[in-house]
Amino acid sequence: MLAYYLELALRSLKRSPGLTALMVLAIGFGVAASMTTWSVFRAVSGDPIPWKSAQLFVPQIDNWGPNGRGSDGEPPNAMSYNEAITLMRDHRARLQSAMYQISPSIVPADASKHPINVSGHAVYSEFFPMLDVPFLFGSGWSAADDAQRAAVVVISSKLNQKLFGGSNSVGRTVNVEGKDYRVVGVLNDWNPQPRFFDVVNSGGFSTGVEDVFVPFQRAIAVGMPNDGNTNCNAVPAESGFVGLQHSACVWIAYMAELDDAAAVTAYKQYLDGYARDMQQSGRFGWAPNNRLRDLPSWLDNQHVVPSDTKVSLLVALGLLLACLVNTTGLLLAKFLRRSGEIGVRRALGAPRLAIYAQFLVEAGIVGLSGGLLGLLLTGVGVASVGWVLPKDIAALARVDFSLLVLTLLVAVIATMLAGLYPTFRASRVQPAWQLKSN
Amino acid sequence: MDILPILSTLRRHKLTSWLLILEIALTCAIVCNAVFLIGQRLQRMDMPSGVAEHELLQIQVADVTAPSNPYARLAEDLAVLRQVPGVISVASSNQVPFGTSSSNGNLRLDPAQPERTLNAGTYFGENLAHTLGTRLVSGRDLQSDDFIDADTAMKALGTGDSKNLPHVTLITQTLAERLWPGQNPLGRTIYLTPVVGLRVVGVLDSLARANAYDTAKAQYTMVVPLRMGANKDQNYLIRTRPEDRASVMVAALAALKKADPQRVVTTRRSFDEVRRKFFQDDRAMAGMLVGVIAALLIVTALGIVGLASFWVAQRRRTIGVRRALGATRRNILNYFQTENFLLATIGIVLGMALAYGINLFLMLHYELPRLPAVYFPVGAIVLWLVGQAAVLGPALRAAAVPPVVATRSV
Repeated sequence: MLAYYLELALRSLKRSPGLTALMVLAIGFGVAASMTTWSVFRAVSGDPIPWKSAQLFVPQIDNWGPNGRGSDGEPPNAMSYNEAITLMRDHRARLQSAMYQISPSIVPADASKHPINVSGHAVYSEFFPMLDVPFLFGSGWSAADDAQRAAVVVISSKLNQKLFGGSNSVGRTVNVEGKDYRVVGVLNDWNPQPRFFDVVNSGGFSTGVEDVFVPFQRAIAVGMPNDGNTNCNAVPAESGFVGLQHSACVWIAYMAELDDAAAVTAYKQYLDGYARDMQQSGRFGWAPNNRLRDLPSWLDNQHVVPSDTKVSLLVALGLLLACLVNTTGLLLAKFLRRSGEIGVRRALGAPRLAIYAQFLVEAGIVGLSGGLLGLLLTGVGVASVGWVLPKDIAALARVDFSLLVLTLLVAVIATMLAGLYPTFRASRVQPAWQLKSN
Repeated sequence: MDILPILSTLRRHKLTSWLLILEIALTCAIVCNAVFLIGQRLQRMDMPSGVAEHELLQIQVADVTAPSNPYARLAEDLAVLRQVPGVISVASSNQVPFGTSSSNGNLRLDPAQPERTLNAGTYFGENLAHTLGTRLVSGRDLQSDDFIDADTAMKALGTGDSKNLPHVTLITQTLAERLWPGQNPLGRTIYLTPVVGLRVVGVLDSLARANAYDTAKAQYTMVVPLRMGANKDQNYLIRTRPEDRASVMVAALAALKKADPQRVVTTRRSFDEVRRKFFQDDRAMAGMLVGVIAALLIVTALGIVGLASFWVAQRRRTIGVRRALGATRRNILNYFQTENFLLATIGIVLGMALAYGINLFLMLHYELPRLPAVYFPVGAIVLWLVGQAAVLGPALRAAAVPPVVATRSV
């Protein structure tokens, strides 16, 4: 039976090739435009660590007071050295790490090669288990290494490739800023987007790879300067990196893992308790004004997803809608004209269901071809996104399997829905009346 | 023109007519808003920098081991760069207009004032105004005896010794006008902290700040006579002739490498690239919207062609009868054109209301300004033109129907 409907549908579509082509084109266009934009949107708004983002929290402590707050009353979006060290020392979360961005030079052992400048972060040992960082060789360093300010380093697989030809380099040494560091771990490909652990400095997205991680206290001890943003509400009393550490300037990112609601409440109370202590000691001349956001709300708060992407998604959805309206109109015009044919089929004994089946098959064919064309155009669209979008965002937008399936589904379902009303109208035609009037 | 017969025909195709109207309305609403968004972007991308953009190069270098005397190193580097053939002027700066790394300060007009008056971009570096090519409108440029080493100034700040702090500054016209509207800014004082008071000695025509996201505040900048030491955050700025930029860049890098082979070049670009990079998101967004508008108009046009062809095919006999009764080809052509015009007009009216609604929504959620009324007629005209262009083919086909069709049986 289905084969018969297919044949009928093809014959009917062939009868008006122009109209058929128009419907297919309209769907293809609409699907492609909205899917391309959607792939970009998904790429930039994707949860970088979906299995854990609800347990990761970013604390903010207001160490600037009312004068340093914006009009929204928000405390600074990073931490001063003093606060970060206190929070690390008190160690109230299961896992936590303060971190700051570094950009050291690596001097290759081979003297004929030029030194290279890499970027990375100074972090605590708990950074690696907290963010489920994947290792190719070795692992992160220990809490003891943190305490001893050990000269250890975790490097990216890319840097490992460059320095050691990709072999297991655990135990070998790397010269960072003129000093030897022992490699304890090599990362497997790890390039989360957005760069969620330090959005303040990366702006969320970065095409660069994090090449080195060194212990936080080690980096401080050797004076590895902060390569990220520094924000001050007053000029530091002392100059240089040490002056920065003694100042109220904020430049350190912080993240803590809190596994349940009780832990979150307890941590919030701890933060407020700290701020109250500061208020009592006279260091803060204001009431506690802290924040503790989980990762998704933090990313949202920091506007990590460009609002442009959201607007263009709306525009693209509008386009899809216009295309669907267009197709509905065309299908309607086509099907309503076939009441004569339906009358004949009904008079010869075809039940309503058969009419539905026949017309839905026809609409489905249009939808499927439109979807296939849409797929093709989406491929072209995503490939050419690099033309107009910044590289760091465009690099993330790619066609993947789920996107393909979704494209097809949207196209077919939308056309079937568009075909449903005309079919409903057509199948209700009274056969006798229809035959008589012809 | 007979509108009534057209209306009565359309009443027989209510659903398809309404769908066409709906499509035109949607398109009109989206096009109005998208064109407006594009306009916003283009306007932003036009933001003036105030510098000789086609003549500037930016270089940043990082040392593997910090130099023992960064001030001497910086002076040496500048001297080395000055020797490069083709170089007109060199300067060091802590930031560049439209750069992504910015240095800002809070200004007060009275040292005792608790809250800042405003936040402005603070440029540090010698010979900056001349190298950047920003014009001095009044007063004088900074001189070398105005300059203080940054470390000396920091120490002085700690001890409160005002002798070793900078005393003068250059500000932009926009900043001057914002601080002292309608008055002569020369000789007035700005406070960066209660002890750092800077007397305005010169007014610059225009100089944009780094990270200039807010157009209104992009020109809030000042140049402070602080001499910075060589480090990886410092920018070497080179002014040269536009056609010499590539060769000067190569020669300048070679000269810097020769002065110290153990260092790494972290940034090397022309100012054109700085601007391109800074506004790339705006360009991307504008490009994407142009693409969507084009796609939308094409789809709408195709829809109109489709429906119109359909109606023409359906009414072949009626057209034949009209022709047989004396209607000219032009009458038939006009009939279909008027029909499309009517549908488009209804669609456009609905579309305007929708466009206004969408704009209200965007204003509420994405901090966009109100859609200026000028965009409404733009959307209307575009849609009328697209409609007329799309219907022309089917209408001509209708006009070509011979009167003899009326006499043929089905």
